[in-house]
Amino acid sequence: MKRQFKSPIVLLGSRLLTPYIMVFGWYVIIHGHYSPGGGFQGGALLAASILLIRVAGGKQIAKLQIQEFATTPLAIIGVLIYFLTGLVAMIAGGYFLDYGQLPIPGMDPAYLRYTGILIIEVGIGLAVMAILVMIYDNLVRGEDYG
Amino acid sequence: MVDFFLGHYAYWFTIILMCVGLYGILFKKNLIKKTIGLAIFQASVVLYFVSIASKWGDVAVTVKDYNIPVEDVSNYLNPLPHTLMLTAIVVGVATLGVAFTLLIAIYNRYETLDEQELIDKMK
Amino acid sequence: MIESHIPALIALTFVVFALLIPAFGVWRTEYSQPLSVIGSGLAAVFSLVGFLNYLNEGSLRYFFGGWEPPIGIEFVYDGMSAFFVLVINTVAFLVLIHSRQISKMEFPGKEMPYYSLAMLMLLGFNGMILTGDLFNLYVFLEISSLSSYALISIGDRQAPFAAFRYLIIGTVGGTLYLLGVGFLYTVTGTLNIIDMSAMLQLSEIFDNSAVFAALILMIVGIGVKAALFPMHGWLPDAYTYASSTSTALIAPIGTKVAAYILFRIIFWLFSIDITDAIAPVSYIVGILACIGILYGSIMAIAQSEMKRMLAYSSISQIGYIIMGLSLANPLGFAGALLHVLNHAVMKACLFLVSGNLRMKEGHSDISRFDDSYRKKYPWTMASFSVAAISMVGLPPLAGFFSKWYLALGTIDNENWLFLAVILISSLLNAVYFFRILEKVYMMNPKKDQKEAAEAKKNEAPASMLIPTSVLAIALIVIGFANAAIVGFLFNIFPV
Repeated sequence: MKRQFKSPIVLLGSRLLTPYIMVFGWYVIIHGHYSPGGGFQGGALLAASILLIRVAGGKQIAKLQIQEFATTPLAIIGVLIYFLTGLVAMIAGGYFLDYGQLPIPGMDPAYLRYTGILIIEVGIGLAVMAILVMIYDNLVRGEDYG
Repeated sequence: MVDFFLGHYAYWFTIILMCVGLYGILFKKNLIKKTIGLAIFQASVVLYFVSIASKWGDVAVTVKDYNIPVEDVSNYLNPLPHTLMLTAIVVGVATLGVAFTLLIAIYNRYETLDEQELIDKMK
Repeated sequence: MIESHIPALIALTFVVFALLIPAFGVWRTEYSQPLSVIGSGLAAVFSLVGFLNYLNEGSLRYFFGGWEPPIGIEFVYDGMSAFFVLVINTVAFLVLIHSRQISKMEFPGKEMPYYSLAMLMLLGFNGMILTGDLFNLYVFLEISSLSSYALISIGDRQAPFAAFRYLIIGTVGGTLYLLGVGFLYTVTGTLNIIDMSAMLQLSEIFDNSAVFAALILMIVGIGVKAALFPMHGWLPDAYTYASSTSTALIAPIGTKVAAYILFRIIFWLFSIDITDAIAPVSYIVGILACIGILYGSIMAIAQSEMKRMLAYSSISQIGYIIMGLSLANPLGFAGALLHVLNHAVMKACLFLVSGNLRMKEGHSDISRFDDSYRKKYPWTMASFSVAAISMVGLPPLAGFFSKWYLALGTIDNENWLFLAVILISSLLNAVYFFRILEKVYMMNPKKDQKEAAEAKKNEAPASMLIPTSVLAIALIVIGFANAAIVGFLFNIFPV
């Protein structure tokens, strides 16, 4: 999976499919607080869309999409979004992760809890995607054959 | 007697999966087969939790059918075990990730993944 | 104001530093170790502040997200959690200070992932101690277990296989615990420990055979992590082949936290009457602990490598703690918790000593110890002597008092078998510790061992020496201050 697949059909098929999988992954993340879905599942789908290109296209094409060194900062940012939301809620006077106390102006507490869950689901989705891609990159780095 | 088997079939499936998983962990010599047995073992506990969440004649929590009265809880299945099992599945995935990384490290050092050969090579 | 948030702050510190260490570590690797020291030091300060706050004001229940239990998840900060959190954070802080030099020797270049994993493992241990919800305990159990599998595999050539064995056995244990939680949830409908303990007192619930099955599953599942006798098989290999810092982090802390969970399950969740209602479960656990004590001591005598000997000794010492659990009276409880404190400090000191010896000599093989050690490493061997005498149990050092209270607890229960096991195992401990002291201090230098007689002082660097000495001095201090500690421990026994 370091070299590109020899058949052009595989690359064409994965290039066609990837955008739709990515959109579906975002859909699952954003609807997590209201219907089945959420951060973990959506993150796994986003990672699947990125890994499809990496498996089919090889290393040169994968560099155009997400670089290898970029996954660690993305994962850290994802988890930091989660914990900064909780910390902001703690500083604003409530318990940790008490979304009802988030200082966003102009919303009543029910919508504040709604929005708080949405923010942390986005953070979790980003972190899960980055970490799954990082695991794949580490496994492929040790490969001996093409 | 029939009720003992057919009335509790969810528990019987849990037990059968658990035994298959334990058989894989204990009696297979290849380390990857042991890891697969571990995954089956964890899946059996997930099955148990999901099976206790359902009630007679229920629907999922997110179904919007206006004929079903919303205030009556016995029409909807219990969503708490499902959410607990989401977390347990993620934990299982992470465990498999660590297991495969360790297997790659073992293979790079010893060139084999068979348990008996590994014990001989480690002496 | 900050005191009311202490339970969450202790866990949060470790998460923030587990994120900061990769963030700075990909830039410069040498920032990882100071950041980990700062992180665990901050957590130790928070746990000290929280402990003093507990002594003034009483226990604290922290509801996450503002949702009150039984709907929400809570952290319970009562006497036993305050005590345990203080012990493990302080020991972890001292071990992480010590790890600076030896990390350059044993795993150069891998420091950033190592310290990040160490922070995650400490997050898992602290979360296990603080939480008041059974499923949350499973999540933190798995966090700490996965990090410890990865930490153990960074080590010798045989380390990945030992870590893989530990992974299989540990995950089976965690899954059995989860199944036990499932049975309890099916019967009671709640997952909160305080709520469930109130519900389990009702007779129509505890007559259900699922409750007894859940008790056995949870004891077996957590017993894997606590190295209770038949489930201890992963421990010798895992502790021997890991690097010195990993062992010094996992050995004093990991099995104690699992023993804490057993205390919570048997005393707080199921009270001791329900535990013994159908079968004498606490007596059987006590018998298994006694077999573990004797097995660990006898196998430790047969070892020739110091880390392996200390690993078998750990199996034996955790047996003391679980035997104190099975006695179920205030003296046994106080003895067991005092032994948690003592053993954490003693074992950390001993593993740090073996780290010093590996740093300077390259090995820690007992058959190659000789007389020159007392000239080359005076402070290290002095700390070793203090820790060894305390392990055997001679007054006025700390180890004597925990064994004394355990013995008083067995006499109170008229359990002469357990008393005999304590005394015999102390003698066996004396055998395998004093032979090292004899090799280093008491043999006459032979005539042709010129290098032994002329050895110069070649002590370990200060950053490794100070934690070792601090831990050894702490043993003397705990020995003199034990009356105050035991008074505190008598107060937190749940009647």
